[in-house]
Amino acid sequence: MAKIIGAVTTSHVPAIGGAIHRKKQQDPYWKPFFDGFPPVRDWLAKVKPDIAIVFYNDHGLNFFLDKMPTFAVGAAPEYQNADEGWGIPTLPPYKGDLDLSWHLIESLVGEEFDLTTCQEMLVDHAFTVPLELLWPGSCPVRTVPICINTVQFPLPSAARCYKLGQAVGRAVEAWDADARVVVLGTGGLSHQLDGQRAGFINKEFDQMFMEKLASDPLWATRYSILDLVELTGTQGVELVMWLAARGALLGDVTTLHSNYHIPISNTASGLMLMENA
Amino acid sequence: MNTTRQKREIPGTVPFDGTQARKGYALNKMCFSFNSAANREEFLRDEDAYCAQYGLNEEQREAIRNRNVLQLIAAGGNAYYLAKFAGIFGLDMQDIGAQQTGVSKDEFRAKLVKAGE
Repeated sequence: MAKIIGAVTTSHVPAIGGAIHRKKQQDPYWKPFFDGFPPVRDWLAKVKPDIAIVFYNDHGLNFFLDKMPTFAVGAAPEYQNADEGWGIPTLPPYKGDLDLSWHLIESLVGEEFDLTTCQEMLVDHAFTVPLELLWPGSCPVRTVPICINTVQFPLPSAARCYKLGQAVGRAVEAWDADARVVVLGTGGLSHQLDGQRAGFINKEFDQMFMEKLASDPLWATRYSILDLVELTGTQGVELVMWLAARGALLGDVTTLHSNYHIPISNTASGLMLMENA
Repeated sequence: MNTTRQKREIPGTVPFDGTQARKGYALNKMCFSFNSAANREEFLRDEDAYCAQYGLNEEQREAIRNRNVLQLIAAGGNAYYLAKFAGIFGLDMQDIGAQQTGVSKDEFRAKLVKAGE
């Protein structure tokens, strides 16, 4: 049977892609952020996952408002990156895993998650930047993207995203394949790009969120989406990706590593590596 | 709108809901087109014609002309698509944040750093 070996949650802002491209990792501005990653890379080198399931949110590359799915699961042999309009380099395609994609789709729809399935799917910085951070230069794992709408309200609730993650965890555990799966949740933490409140950051909430994500993930699911917007900013709600990734771990977890730094671009950046206890 | 529920007010924040999505469709569709380099060039070549092609209303056209993010949001713009418009002019998120909050870019950056202290 397949096995979930752990979860990594990280911020994904486009500026990280630019910083990698310009080799700014040791620049004083970026160093506190990039220095969080070597322990996670060491862990990945040790546990050697075959596949990464990536919970992320599209920012207007693959999906437009003409059709805006709440939950979209990739079912493509490979996933192309493309020009997003703000000058970060376009990366080579990522390998998919059709067997896991369709197993997840069968299982999730069976658990009453009404999905959109995508046999073609462009992946934006929220998918590519974390993979670049975890495996600089080239991504050795096959991937299954799961996109959660954070563009157009109403968004799925934090509780619903956590349950989606749990259903993904159950599906992987029931998958009759010899595969080691890591789950990624990308986005957040607190930030707001738009409006007079642009630049809003909430360190206290973020730090509580990271602590509770490991020990009591239901804590954050008690907040409504608009509560989370108020507490973490309009883009801070991306933390629902972290809840989905945490949900996939099903049981108790140990936090093997974490990092938190303010700011990168307009964002409070966070990183966590969790493993089943 | 036939909703009787009071909308939740979050200061300085406009959640991109159905009301905004309806109001801003043409504007957001134009900004979504800026994923393509050819479209970005076409916009720069003839801004009036490009905006007319997407059927922007007067408020949206004026907000685009003014390069004013708060006006663009008021006209139904969504932050993610508007960022592609800003990208045409090489503006980053601190430029946009500074413009919306009425401070210099350095002051905006300082505020972000301070949030971490």
